[in-house]
Amino acid sequence: MSLAEGVLQLVEETARREQAHRVKLVVLEIGQLASVEAEALRFCFEAVSRDSMAQGAALEIVSVPGSGWCMLCADTVPMQERYGVCPTCGSYGLTATAGMEMRVREIEIE
Amino acid sequence: MCTVCGCGAGETKIDGAHEHTHVHEDGTVHSHAHDHVHDGQHTHAHGDDHHHHEHRGAHDLDYGSGPAHAHVPGLSQARMVQIEQDILAKNNGYAMANRQHFDAHGIFALNLVSSPGSGKTTLLVKTIELLKGTVAINVVEGDQQTANDAERIRATGVQAVQINTGKGCHLDGHMVGHAVQRLQPADESLFLIENVGNLVCPAAFDLGEHHKVAILSVTEGEDKPLKYPDMFAAADLMLLNKTDLLPYLSFDVARAIGYALRVNPRLQVIQTSATSGEGLDQWLAWLETRLETTRKSLAQR
Repeated sequence: MSLAEGVLQLVEETARREQAHRVKLVVLEIGQLASVEAEALRFCFEAVSRDSMAQGAALEIVSVPGSGWCMLCADTVPMQERYGVCPTCGSYGLTATAGMEMRVREIEIE
Repeated sequence: MCTVCGCGAGETKIDGAHEHTHVHEDGTVHSHAHDHVHDGQHTHAHGDDHHHHEHRGAHDLDYGSGPAHAHVPGLSQARMVQIEQDILAKNNGYAMANRQHFDAHGIFALNLVSSPGSGKTTLLVKTIELLKGTVAINVVEGDQQTANDAERIRATGVQAVQINTGKGCHLDGHMVGHAVQRLQPADESLFLIENVGNLVCPAAFDLGEHHKVAILSVTEGEDKPLKYPDMFAAADLMLLNKTDLLPYLSFDVARAIGYALRVNPRLQVIQTSATSGEGLDQWLAWLETRLETTRKSLAQR
């Protein structure tokens, strides 16, 4: 819910600055390792955007795949979960390099 | 994250005073507590950015900036605007302001996080009793309801502010900024923030602290670091608490520490018991080393 409010705040600030009267689309980038449930975020955004400029706006969630750096393999490998195991060598020493994003990418206004 | 538990803002109370929200004429929303004491001079510890509003001069009506690049009656002037901002940017801004305030005054700040019932408050009371007299201490207590914890802290003789988060499940940078303003911690003091008992959301919300300290008690499962990895990954120190109860439990200490290190190889671990006093000397030594470093870096500024 706090995240949805954070999204709405960014969206409203931008829309107001651009003197828009309505927000039609909000595009978010959410990493697969960011522990965010897309469906829950959708539900919360709909709730918090009621009676705002973003009421009824479509929410597009772009999922960013997770990847990490494996110390042992000295290589970038795909990661399914945040503290997951390296698919190549089986070690746990992975440092996530992508998939942690929680960003508002862009909005469509009129 | 809170997207799952559905916690909400807007019910926050700082020592019983309600925070409230207003909408300015230009549509900017901001919230603050009813009982601000400003003494004429406005000394917000946190970035103050909710009092500033961005204006972009006089706006022209530019019909050419829509996707049609022209104005055709009846054609929508919808357009895309790039934002590219982190959702937590607002909180991070407040946290940064808190951290700058702490650093400028040589204040060492800790954010204590755990599940409810891990013994945070008891450990805190014990720590304060042992440290009192050597360093000035201020405490922020975060709970959904009641001022019980702040009262327990005040009974030790140090200043404490209770923040009730209502339906919220974590403290955020803005709330802590207000608490700093209220407590006015002295230079070179210790600032302890006891977060709401929750191992999920507090991991994502920076408060401006120098370290997060995760407390895990031996009455919980050994695999908690695996079940709630974000918090153990965000922490720099783990206190494995209530070790006096180990003889009565089947808790495997080595396994719990192993799981925590798997999630965070840099994590330091100290085994403590507020009841028997075990490990408290190590915990105090950890604190004192860092208090000293913070003081030294202030002296060098």
